Amino acid sequence: MDKIFRYSFYDLIRGRWSISYFLFYLIITIVLFSFSNDVSMVVISLLNIIIVLVPLVAIVFGIIYFYNSKEFTELLLAQPIKRSRIFVGQFLGIATSLSLAMLLGIGLPFIFYGIFISSEISNFIVILLTGTCLNFIFVALAFIIALKNNNKIKGFGFATLLWLFLAVIYDGIFLLLLILFNAYPLERLALGLTLLNPIDLSRILIILKLDVSALMGYTGAVFNSFFGNIGGIFLAALSLIIWITIPLFFIINISNKRDF
Amino acid sequence: MSKLVIRELHKAFSKNQVLKGIDLDFSSNGIWTILGPNASGKTTLIKAILGMVIPDSGNISINGETITNNWKYKDKISYLPQIAHFPDNLTVNELLKMIQELRNRTGSLESLIKEFDLKPFLNTKIDTLSGGTKQKLNLSIALMYKNPIYLLDEPTVGLDPIAVINLKKILRKLKREGKLIIITTHIIPLVEELTDKIIFLLEGKIKFCGLKAQLQQNYSSKSLEESIAALLQD
Ligand SMILES: Nc1ncnc2c1ncn2[C@@H]1O[C@H](COP(=O)(O)OP(=O)(O)O)[C@@H](O)[C@H]1O
Ligand SMILES: [Mg+2]
Repeated sequence: MDKIFRYSFYDLIRGRWSISYFLFYLIITIVLFSFSNDVSMVVISLLNIIIVLVPLVAIVFGIIYFYNSKEFTELLLAQPIKRSRIFVGQFLGIATSLSLAMLLGIGLPFIFYGIFISSEISNFIVILLTGTCLNFIFVALAFIIALKNNNKIKGFGFATLLWLFLAVIYDGIFLLLLILFNAYPLERLALGLTLLNPIDLSRILIILKLDVSALMGYTGAVFNSFFGNIGGIFLAALSLIIWITIPLFFIINISNKRDF
Repeated sequence: MSKLVIRELHKAFSKNQVLKGIDLDFSSNGIWTILGPNASGKTTLIKAILGMVIPDSGNISINGETITNNWKYKDKISYLPQIAHFPDNLTVNELLKMIQELRNRTGSLESLIKEFDLKPFLNTKIDTLSGGTKQKLNLSIALMYKNPIYLLDEPTVGLDPIAVINLKKILRKLKREGKLIIITTHIIPLVEELTDKIIFLLEGKIKFCGLKAQLQQNYSSKSLEESIAALLQD
């Protein structure tokens, strides 16, 4: 795993993709700072970009990488290594390289604008950690989809649909349920639905941490009243970690049964 | 000497029944060639030996040990995949180093690099290599170790004539050293020149397995090509 990880990371980090992705975050962050020198404003603006864009790029890139390296994966499968080591190693390589591009692209301007002497430092770290979790979760989901679909076009379609569903459609359904059933106590349902969507979870986690009541929304308030601010943050963070481990388990399981 | 035995091997990809009960005893070392039309399951058979394709039923064993749920036996097998595609941003040297690290064994690359003229490309990124050079790299990865078993899937595809000559030299040497070498190819002259035994796959079954001369005798034909044509019409 460590060797596969090391080489796939090394391959990816020098690729055009990683470098463009890094530059993209670098430019976005610099542009945001040019509008406002207020670190906390920039943090809030980044929230929405990270929550929507990180999952999209991670799932699309994960899918493309998987299909593109099909033949090399086959060569690896012919070596005396356990199957799970190959896929876990590749998964870690992609997720880490994407995370690094994001961390550096966003981090460098913040360092320049004095994040280390700002009171916003802990919020900033939570945003970056959440973004990192999202990278890992969506690369893992991409691997599951790619392992399940030999057909590239199908796999790519499923991946983008899953993103669309979790990032956009889910909230619509959620809202509809709240409106339709507003006569009933919906706190538990809202809570459950949030735990089932890593994008919503990430949003809640960051908003609870930022503690901006204007952004809190219904589920944020539910989390707050059920678990308190700190408890809510811990629960959301723990759920995100579960969201990484369960798909990883699926990757190992599916890859053990698959033909290459 | 390693004994590779395949028993009652069946494999379907959804509705596509590719292998329909394959029985093979690789009873002697030397060069065995798997022949068969496109999509007859040659690659699938080789991948099954490597545990990459999981059979629906049947068994494969090496020296009496089943390969099911095992991966350590792959240390004894060298494999040349049909299609060569490597990580774009690694250099040739880095890739060769990676394979050796994964196998925990140092390969003998010096003579291969010379024979396949790879020296000028050692520090080149793989995505800039030509198809032929990639195939030479593919071959170097497959041939850098002395192993009891070699599985080579269409080894000559994309090679220039000089590389083909060098490859034949290497294969003859491996044969003299008593290795079991299984290749697939469509190139009849290569078969005539090198092969000891022929396996002919057709519609998921073994249509012929035996000595080259035997095949020619069976159909009393002058050339191998004619015997194969006769076999196909049978
Ligand atoms: N992983 C796979 N999934 C689905 N079908 C496959 C897979 N691998 C091979 N096949 C199918 O199995 C058949 C035999 O393929 P293959 O073994 O590559 O043939 P050959 O090497 O003799 O040309 C083909 O019809 C091919 O499409
Ligand atoms: Mg083939």
